[in-house]
Parts: sequence; C-alpha cells; structure tokens
Amino acid sequence: MKLRSLILAASVAALSAATATAEPTKIGMITTLSGGGAGLGIDVRDGFLLALKMSGNSDVEMVIEDDQRKPDIAVQLADRMVQSDKVDILTGIIWSNLAMAVVPSVTAQGKFYLSPNAGPSVLAGKGCHANYFNVSWQNDAMSEAAGNAMSEEGIGKVFLMAPNYPAGKDMMAGFKRFYKGEVVDEVYTKLGQTDYAAEIAQIRASDADQVYFFLPGGMGISFMKQYSGSGVDTPVMGPAFSFDQGILQAVGAAALGVKNTSQWNKDIDNAANAEFVTAFQAEYDRLPSLYASQGFDTANLILSAMGKADVKDADAFRAALEAAEFDSVRGDFAFGPNHHPIQNVYMREVIQEGDVFTNKIIGVALTDHTDAYAADCKM
Amino acid sequence: MSLILLIEQILNGLQFGVMLFLTAAGLTLVFGVMGLINLAHGSLFMVGAFAAATVAGATGSFVLALAASLAAAAAAGALVEILVIRRLYSRDHLDQVLATFALILIFSEGTRWLFGSFPLYLNIPDYLAGPVTLPGGIQYPLYRLTLIAIGLLVAFGLYLLISRTRLGIQIRAGESDREMIAALGVDISKLYTIVFALGAALAGFAGALVGAIQSVQVGMGEPVLILAFVVIVIGGIGSIKGALIGSLLVGLTDTLGGVLLPEFFKLFMDNASATSVGSSLSTMLIYILMAIVLVMKPTGLFGAKA
Repeated sequence: MKLRSLILAASVAALSAATATAEPTKIGMITTLSGGGAGLGIDVRDGFLLALKMSGNSDVEMVIEDDQRKPDIAVQLADRMVQSDKVDILTGIIWSNLAMAVVPSVTAQGKFYLSPNAGPSVLAGKGCHANYFNVSWQNDAMSEAAGNAMSEEGIGKVFLMAPNYPAGKDMMAGFKRFYKGEVVDEVYTKLGQTDYAAEIAQIRASDADQVYFFLPGGMGISFMKQYSGSGVDTPVMGPAFSFDQGILQAVGAAALGVKNTSQWNKDIDNAANAEFVTAFQAEYDRLPSLYASQGFDTANLILSAMGKADVKDADAFRAALEAAEFDSVRGDFAFGPNHHPIQNVYMREVIQEGDVFTNKIIGVALTDHTDAYAADCKM
Repeated sequence: MSLILLIEQILNGLQFGVMLFLTAAGLTLVFGVMGLINLAHGSLFMVGAFAAATVAGATGSFVLALAASLAAAAAAGALVEILVIRRLYSRDHLDQVLATFALILIFSEGTRWLFGSFPLYLNIPDYLAGPVTLPGGIQYPLYRLTLIAIGLLVAFGLYLLISRTRLGIQIRAGESDREMIAALGVDISKLYTIVFALGAALAGFAGALVGAIQSVQVGMGEPVLILAFVVIVIGGIGSIKGALIGSLLVGLTDTLGGVLLPEFFKLFMDNASATSVGSSLSTMLIYILMAIVLVMKPTGLFGAKA
C-alpha cells in the first residue's frame, strides 16, 4: 500500500512537472510490427524514430502500437489513442484497407493523420480531408509511371496481376491510365497468396510481351522465386514494393536486372538523402528501404511544422504542414491541393553490390507527377 | 483455354494438394489419436522452414536442410508435447484452443526474436531448378514435379506405417479406444509423444519443401493451418486416407476454381467485372466444398460414425 501511494505521489508530481513546462506534441503510430507484413512497419517506425533522434527534439512523445495487419485492431488502437492517450497526430499505417478503416474517423475527430505509406484513391479524391496528409504517394503513382514507361518503350501486350484489395485495384487502374497498348489479361489473386503456379501457367499461355505485377512483401518473394524457376521468359516489371531492400535478399538472384518504379532510392543525389542512408546504416546495421525513407520524411515534415506552429492551433499547424518546408530525402517535395505529394517517380533496376542485392536509378519515369484524383477533392 | 494449360493447372492443383496433405496428416493424427485441437501446427510448419533456411545458408546443401527441418520440427513437437500439450488431453477443446493459440504467439515472436522480421533466403537446389518438358509439350517446373513425387511417397510410407507396423496398430487402437490400450499395457504417454513428433516432423518437412519456392517468414504457417483444418474436416477427422483425398480435393478445387471461374464469367460479362467476380468467388470455393461435404456426410468423407 505504501509503495502504491508513493508511486501515485511520484506520478502526480511528474504530471504537474510536465504540465508546468511546454506540453509535448503527442504522436500515435499504428503500424504492422508482427506477422507477415512486419518488415514494412518496422522500417517505417525505424525511419521515423531515426529522424526524431537526429533532430534532438525532445518535445515529441510517441505512442507506438502494433495493428497486426488487421483492420479491426487498427480501429481499436486509433480509438484508444484519440480518446485515452489524447494524441495530436496519428501516423504509421502500411495497408490501404487499414487506412480506409482508420483515417476517415480520425480526421473527423479533428486529429491530424499523416500517411507514411498507404495512399488509397478514395482518400485522394472524394474522401479527402483537410487534416489528412499523404507523405508517401497516391497508390496509383508508381503504376502510372510504369505504364508510361512501357508505352514509351513500345511494349504492345501486357499481362497484369495484383492482389484483390483496394491498393491492388488502384495500382492496376493507374497502370491502365497511362498504358497505351493492349492488356491481354488481368488477374486478381488472394491477398497473402503464397503459390502462383496457376497464374504463371496463365502467363505462359498468354502472348504477353511483358508482365506488370503488384505483389508487396512476401507475396512478391514467392512469385519471383517461382517465376524464375518456371522457364517462362516474359520480362516482368513492378512497383518498388516487390523489390524493396527488405525483401531483395530473400528473392536473391531471381530479381537481378528487373526494372521497378519508385519515388525514392538510396542513390538519389542530395545531402539529406546521403545523411539519411549513412545514419540509418549506422543505427540499424542494414540498408534503408523506401518504407524507411517514408517514415523518415514523415517525421521530418512533422518536426518542420512543429517549428512553425503549435499543434493545438489546428489552422496554423495545417498551414505549416501544407508548406512542407523540410529537406526531403527525395529532393524536391511539395503537396498538391489534395495534400498528396507532387514528386518524381524513378525507374530503378535491381543490381548486386558485393553480396547485397539493391536498386539503382536508371532514369526518371514521370517528372513532378501529381495524382489523378485531385479534381474530385473538395476540401 | 487450351488442353495443355488445363493439364498444367491440374498438376499445380495436385502439387498444392500433396503439400497440404503433409500438413494435414499430422493434424488429423493428433486430433484422431489424442482428441487434441492443435492450432500451433502451423508454427511447426514455420519451424521446419526456418531450420531448413538456416542450415541451407550455413552448409549450402538442400538435402541437409531437409533433414534439419525434419529434426527441428520433430524436436520442437516433442518438446511442446512434453511441456505443454500433455497437460491438455483431459481438458475440453476450449482450453486446448487457448493454450495452443498461445503457442502460436510464442513461436512467432520467438522466431522473430531469433531471426529478425525480414524474410529469409531459401532456394531450390540447382539440380532441381528449371522446367522439364513432359509428353505433349507441357513445360513444367522440375521442382514441383519432385514435390508431387515426395508427397505421394510420404503418403505411401504413412499407409505402410499405419497398416503394417506395431506403432501403426497402436495408433489405430488409440484412435478407437484410448482407455483400453492404456489398460493393455501400452505406454500411452510415450505413444502420444511419438505421434505428436511425427505430425510435427511432417509439417516441418512441408514447410521446408514449400519454403524453397515461397517466402520464409514469420507467420507463414497460419494460412496453411486454416486450409489444413478444412482438409481434415472434409476428409473426416482422424483418417489419413481422408486427409489425402481431402487435400487433393482442396488443392484441385482451389487451383482450378481460381483459373476457370473468371473464364466462366467472361462468357457473359465484360473482362474486368468477370475477373473480379470470378476471383472473389474462387476464394470461397473450398469453403463451399466443405459445406457441401458436411451436409452430405456430417463426419466427413472418411470419418468414423459419430
């Protein structure tokens, strides 16, 4: 009993001490830290925390929780963070279906949400919100870039494949928006599917000149390994999600030479990026992925806005976020009218550096690209 | 759809089915002999894959990796049986589900703690890589053919084990009357440990074989576990023959449904909506199959009369 009252007294004292000084900005991060998609969430979290550490800013208080890639758990966590933890800003969600479950209710309650990864089309268009900012990309962007690149290369027939969920549909819609040739077949697989023998047989039977596929995380690893052993030699291309740093080692030589589109790579030439790549390797002893770069940019955007306005003054803070005056690792970064980025999308190729498989930029696929949904957004 | 494509898809369905059988066989044995629902069976699948990836990384030998997967999964199975499962036989199914669910979490986070959150590298050996040409000009990956052969061999081996050996007699006796074989002087707790380790080894072996063409990562066992439960419900709980037929049925239904349903809807719908309706419906197909089997035969195809 004595001990308990002592702790109580101590925490009351700590509480009053905390309120006496300036109140810290409270950031809630809901991301995937366990299960199959954990690598992505861990990268976003590590990139985010690295930026906070490098800034030396102590006015930030983090609440980090694992959504287990389940929409219902993400919703519970968001409710708890808004109602009992009283966070000012939420961030962290990786998957579009989870973002769709969480973001609308959070922004309706007057909180800010900054997306470090998912960019479902609805939230860029009709469902946009003044308090929702996407720091990564609208889902379609990388596929639009790939569609554009394939058209410019004059590839006539393409086979499309994606999982059957919002981001998969967005990706394929984006590809078709920019691709001028013929889509010979379009296949939607189960989310989390691990065996692609049936789809590979369909690719073999089709007369496609190239395959464009979106299979993030473990799905991409499985597909690439099985594809390389199948004897089908139709070239493949995908967005960066199947070729990010976290999974390339598991795919191995099967991915060598494959082209993929990304808004970031470790060889983008600017001071912020060089500093980020070095610091990330020093801190975590591995190369950063694009997810880590997005977490890093998200944290730096928040820090830049905190420097200009108090988060409690929502209008001023929003204006500070819109200005986006921070050194992005992508180089130039600006928000469009629907709070989604206007940015370059690059074409990368998988290469081997020593023992490590990684990407290098071989060209720009789309310059200062903006998404197709901004016109539907009435803020 | 050409005949060649159809045959290739049937082979794919078979291959998926026999791999499912390796996982489902252990699950159905454990349920049949000990009356235990083991949700952690998928974790043993994962243990096998991780053990194989580690040994393959260290030695470069795929055969050693497979041996390691058998040994590691059997050891993990025996350990779990002695430490945890043994206390659950007399409890009701809810307690078993809760305890084995806890085991899933322990296995997953333990694996993450040991190996990290990023997928491991495990690839098929060079001598099994690449496609072979079958009669009729069908190109099919050699590794998948090997998987079909291995799966059928294991099924045959299990059949011999159950029908021709002393251990098999004890297992069958354990399925029909647990108290009686204990009364007849069979060391029932040793038998249970052996059966559990055997089931675990089969699951781990499947994990290693499949891990070579998939992604070796934490949580890879759970999707397989759900399918394995569907298989043993269709096949009849406790029946190895049922597990084999059920696995092949599920494998073929899932693979062919995913290919043929979108084609079918394309006959009277436009391409995009046919693909989306077809893919959505095909994911439900095995559950529809399970429902139909349960309506016709409530104890499964080869289940004992309730």
